[in-house]
Amino acid sequence: MEISKKDVDYVASLARLEFSEKDKESLTQQLDSILDYIEKIKEVDTSKIAPTSHGATGQNVWREDTVVKSSQSTIDALFKNAPDKEGDFFKVKKVMDTEE
Amino acid sequence: MNNKYEVVIGLEVHSQIKTETKVFCNCSTDFHSQPNTNICPVCTGQPGVLPVLNKKAVELLVKTAIALDCNINKKSVFARKQYFYPDLPKNYQISQYELPFAEHGNLNISVDDQIKNIGITRIHLEEDAGKLLHDIGARQLDCSLADYNRTGIPLMEIVSEPDMRSPQEAAAYLTALKNLIEYIETSDCNMEEGKFRCDANISIRPVGQKEFGTKAELKNMNTISGVEEALTYEVQRQIEVVENGGKIIQETRTWDPDEKITKSMRSKENAHDYRYFPDPDLVPVNLDDNFINDIKANIPELPEKRKQRLIQEYGLTEYDANVIISDKALVNYYETAVNSASKETENTAKPIANWLTTELLGKLNNAKLTIKESPVKAEYLGQLVALISKDTISGKIAKIVFEEMFNTNKDPQTIIKEKGLVQISDENEIIKICQEAIDESPKIVAEYKGGKERAVVAIVGLVMKKSRGKANPQMVNKILIDLLKK
Ligand SMILES: [Zn+2]
Repeated sequence: MEISKKDVDYVASLARLEFSEKDKESLTQQLDSILDYIEKIKEVDTSKIAPTSHGATGQNVWREDTVVKSSQSTIDALFKNAPDKEGDFFKVKKVMDTEE
Repeated sequence: MNNKYEVVIGLEVHSQIKTETKVFCNCSTDFHSQPNTNICPVCTGQPGVLPVLNKKAVELLVKTAIALDCNINKKSVFARKQYFYPDLPKNYQISQYELPFAEHGNLNISVDDQIKNIGITRIHLEEDAGKLLHDIGARQLDCSLADYNRTGIPLMEIVSEPDMRSPQEAAAYLTALKNLIEYIETSDCNMEEGKFRCDANISIRPVGQKEFGTKAELKNMNTISGVEEALTYEVQRQIEVVENGGKIIQETRTWDPDEKITKSMRSKENAHDYRYFPDPDLVPVNLDDNFINDIKANIPELPEKRKQRLIQEYGLTEYDANVIISDKALVNYYETAVNSASKETENTAKPIANWLTTELLGKLNNAKLTIKESPVKAEYLGQLVALISKDTISGKIAKIVFEEMFNTNKDPQTIIKEKGLVQISDENEIIKICQEAIDESPKIVAEYKGGKERAVVAIVGLVMKKSRGKANPQMVNKILIDLLKK
């Protein structure tokens, strides 16, 4: 597996991250060695092992359908954690997904 | 439509699962709450919180899947779908990718009296996103306002196979799907409240070609007729592009219901790269046989089966049965009316179907009322038809009584009593009125006796007028002819 700088640029843009050229170089190397390691793991024969989707062994962790209302102080705290508000709303930068 | 091309349509329906709480937290799903009152640290994506699955949401999805004849995957896992948009506070949506709850189902639809089977690819559970406001009334905002009440509400995404070949089939599929879900009550399917939404994949290909053409994805259709209109427009657009030597590009297009066209949505995001991976916050679900069998045991009679029963039990035509089962409230109304009439007399099931589909539905439609809001109670419609069948009133009088029932909510007996509308079936009284009518119409009588048998219609009219429509019409006919032959 060979990671290129282009791959790093792409993944960074998907994650909305910005890196200096120097960091990009070291990330390219790091990601490459991680994938090398995975290539090595892939050598193990897993044909008789069911795929794992989770590290924990539990299953069916669920709850009943009963409403619990947040207190006003909890809701106030949620608003405090947000960049801005207007009236009852969270205020965010305008994003339009259609352009004429 | 152009005969050179075949249309291929697949639909993705997002239906809100009817739970009290959101899918991964205890916040209410109430639609009418003030903005941002049904929110908590989990559904607003605060650091360190953990989602816990709502069992009821799984039960209702599995119920829907069984009704759609799906295979239930006993083992199911949740995945994160990553994208950045302010309606999604976590920056990922919890959904399912590999191992959804259900796959490989099907649903029958009927178009022009032809039954067609449409495949269901899969049904998975996911959380809804929030609502964004870009304007307040006419005022355009320079920001967006987010309401996270809807964030985390459970949705079942029902994905069809690309089995539909016309916009009409797509509309029929949506109608049948909505009807089925309303029967089993796993979603309200209220389209105005966004509880039943549809995206469509559509492509065209030359007739006879096996490979699919390049598809466009259509969004923002808020009604079933809107879906049909948008698809009809899109078929025409794609044919024109191809006919003019162009190429269809794979893209998402939004339906503009005012201009009645679809528009390209130029997305800045790199072509959908959602980087799905299993959500480490949620352990897998493993449904055992008891869980599935308990749900199976509680599935009510489904529309298709109920239709067959209406045809067999009541002798309805396929057409009438189709109209009546098209809405659960309507078929419940019908059967309540039939039960109420059958306490009085026999053979009322078919006339009740006629009264319901022609008279009542017509009037409700004009008054913009649903069957649930009908001013005429089901029991009363049953009683009215029973009164006709027992010859207490004539069909003609019944229409007057029905009109009055619709306007006053009263039962038919009360109206008949108040207005003195009981049918005259007393032979002597009818003979008396008939004789009067004959005496007053020497010219018509002469015509009749001269061989013009149709002339009797005018005398019948006069008798009905004299009796204010109350004379039993069969008796009038018979008695008049007897008297004229003397
Ligand atoms: Zn919540």
